[in-house]
Amino acid sequence: MVRDEVRRAFLELIEPYVRGVAPTEIKDGSMLVNDLNVNSARFVDIILETEDRFRISISDKEMERFERVGDAVDFICERTVAA
Amino acid sequence: MSRVVVTGMGIVAPNAVGLEAYREALCQGKSGIAPSVQMKELGFGCQVAGIPDISRQTEEGYFSHEFLRNSNDSMKYAVIASFDCWRDAGFSLPPPDSPVDWKTACIIGTSLGGIDTIGEFVVPETNAKRVRRLGSSAAERAMASCASACVGGLLGLGGQVTTNSSACSTGTEAIVNAFWMIREGRYDRAVAGGSEAPSVYTWAFLDSLRVMMRDSNDRPVGASRPLSATAGGFVPAGGAGILMLESLDAAQTRGARIYAEVLGGHSNCGGQRNGGSITASNPEGIQRCVQGALEVAAVDPVEIDYINGHLTGTGGDPKEIRCLSAALHRPLSNMPWVNATKSLIGHGLGASGSMESVATVLQLTEGFVHPSINCEDFHPEISELRPRVPEKSVSVDCRIALKTSFGFGDVNSCVVFKRWEN
Repeated sequence: MVRDEVRRAFLELIEPYVRGVAPTEIKDGSMLVNDLNVNSARFVDIILETEDRFRISISDKEMERFERVGDAVDFICERTVAA
Repeated sequence: MSRVVVTGMGIVAPNAVGLEAYREALCQGKSGIAPSVQMKELGFGCQVAGIPDISRQTEEGYFSHEFLRNSNDSMKYAVIASFDCWRDAGFSLPPPDSPVDWKTACIIGTSLGGIDTIGEFVVPETNAKRVRRLGSSAAERAMASCASACVGGLLGLGGQVTTNSSACSTGTEAIVNAFWMIREGRYDRAVAGGSEAPSVYTWAFLDSLRVMMRDSNDRPVGASRPLSATAGGFVPAGGAGILMLESLDAAQTRGARIYAEVLGGHSNCGGQRNGGSITASNPEGIQRCVQGALEVAAVDPVEIDYINGHLTGTGGDPKEIRCLSAALHRPLSNMPWVNATKSLIGHGLGASGSMESVATVLQLTEGFVHPSINCEDFHPEISELRPRVPEKSVSVDCRIALKTSFGFGDVNSCVVFKRWEN
C-alpha cells in the first residue's frame, strides 16, 4: 500500500478514539495521547485494530512507534512492504 | 434523620422496557417468558427464560458506538434503566464535562456482574493463550461492579458508587442500603437497584442444582408458577430495575414528583441454622427481617395492604407465606393482597428485587394489584391465602406495601413503601 493509503486507513481507524480534533487538523507529528486526546487506556485497542486491519503483528516494544501518527504510518508501511 | 422518597424509576424487564409499558404489562398479566434456543442447544434441563427485548433502535437511542463496543448486557440494562430513572426524576442527562454531582450516590447490585464477558470472551481467549487480545475494555466489562461504575461515570456521580451482591436479595438490599444512606443524611439522593445479564453461564449452575423449571419447555408462558401445586423451579431471567431514592427535603426543594415514601427497610441473615442452609431460609430470619423493617418504618402489621413476595415458583413458596403470616400476626385468610411478579417476568436474580420494587411502587401509585398467573392449581398447604392472590388485575387502593426478597446464603431483605399522599 502506498503511504497515503495507509495514512488514510490509519486515520479512519483512530477516528473513534480521537477527541476534539478534526481529521483535517491531524498531522504526522500529532501525538495520539497528548495532542489527539486518545484515552491512554484505549491505546492497546488501537494496536489490536491496527494488527487486524493491516494483518501485521506489533510487539510490545514496537508499540512505542505508535506515539505519533507519522511514526505509526511509517511502521505500518515498513511492515506491509516487508510482508 | 431524613425522610426518604422515590422520585424516579426505570425498568428493563422481560415483559416490557420502560415504565409505561411495564405498568401496562403488569396490569394485563403479560408474561415475558419465551423458549431459549441457546439453552436447548446446550442441553439445559430448563429451556425457557425471560430475556428483555431491546431493539437495535433502542440501543442507538441510548448508546454511542464506542459504548456498544465496550459493554455487556448487565451494563446496557443498567444504563437504560438508570437514564430513564434519571429523566423520570426530572433531571437532564449531564454532558461528559459536567461538574461532579457530589450529592448523589449509586448502588447497582448484581449476582454475577459481567459473567457474559467472562464466559464468552475472557476465559476462551485466556485459555487459548491470547491474553493480549483481550484489549482495554475487558476489565471494565468483566468486573462485578461493571454496571454501577458505568452508570456512575455517565452521570458524573460523586457519592459512593458501588455494587452490592447478596444473591437473590441483592436488588431489594440495594434499596435498603440506599434508604439508610439518605436517612442518615450522607447524600441527597441515590440511584439504586440491580442489573443482571441473561447469561447461560449463570444459569448453568442453577440448572445443575435442579432449581429451575424443566417441566414446561413446551409451555413457556406457564413455566413460572409461584404459589402453584405444580411449581417445579424458577424460570431464569435478566433485566434491571432502578429507583431514585431522595431525601424529602431535597425532593420538595426542587419541586419533584414523588411516587412513594420508603418508610423503612431491613436486611439480615438467618445464620444458615434452624432450618436455614446455603439454599434454604431460616424461618426466624425471615420473620425478624420483616419485623425489623416494620419497626424502622413504625408501621403496624395490620396496616400492610399488599405484599410483593419473593415467591420464586419453588418448594419454598408455602414456607415463605407461612413466615410472612407469622411475622405479621395475620392468619392466611386475613393476609394483605399478595402476588408474585416473578410469575410474569421470571427470576432476575440480582435484579429481581429491584424490578419487583418498581412493580410495587407502580401498583401503589396507580391503584391496582397485578395478577399472579399460573397458580390456578393453588398450593394446598396455603389454600386459605387463595382469595388474597388476584387471578386478574384488581383495582384497589393500597397505601402501604412490603417488598421481600430472600437469597442463597440465607440472606433476607425487606422494604416498606407507602404511597405518597400530598
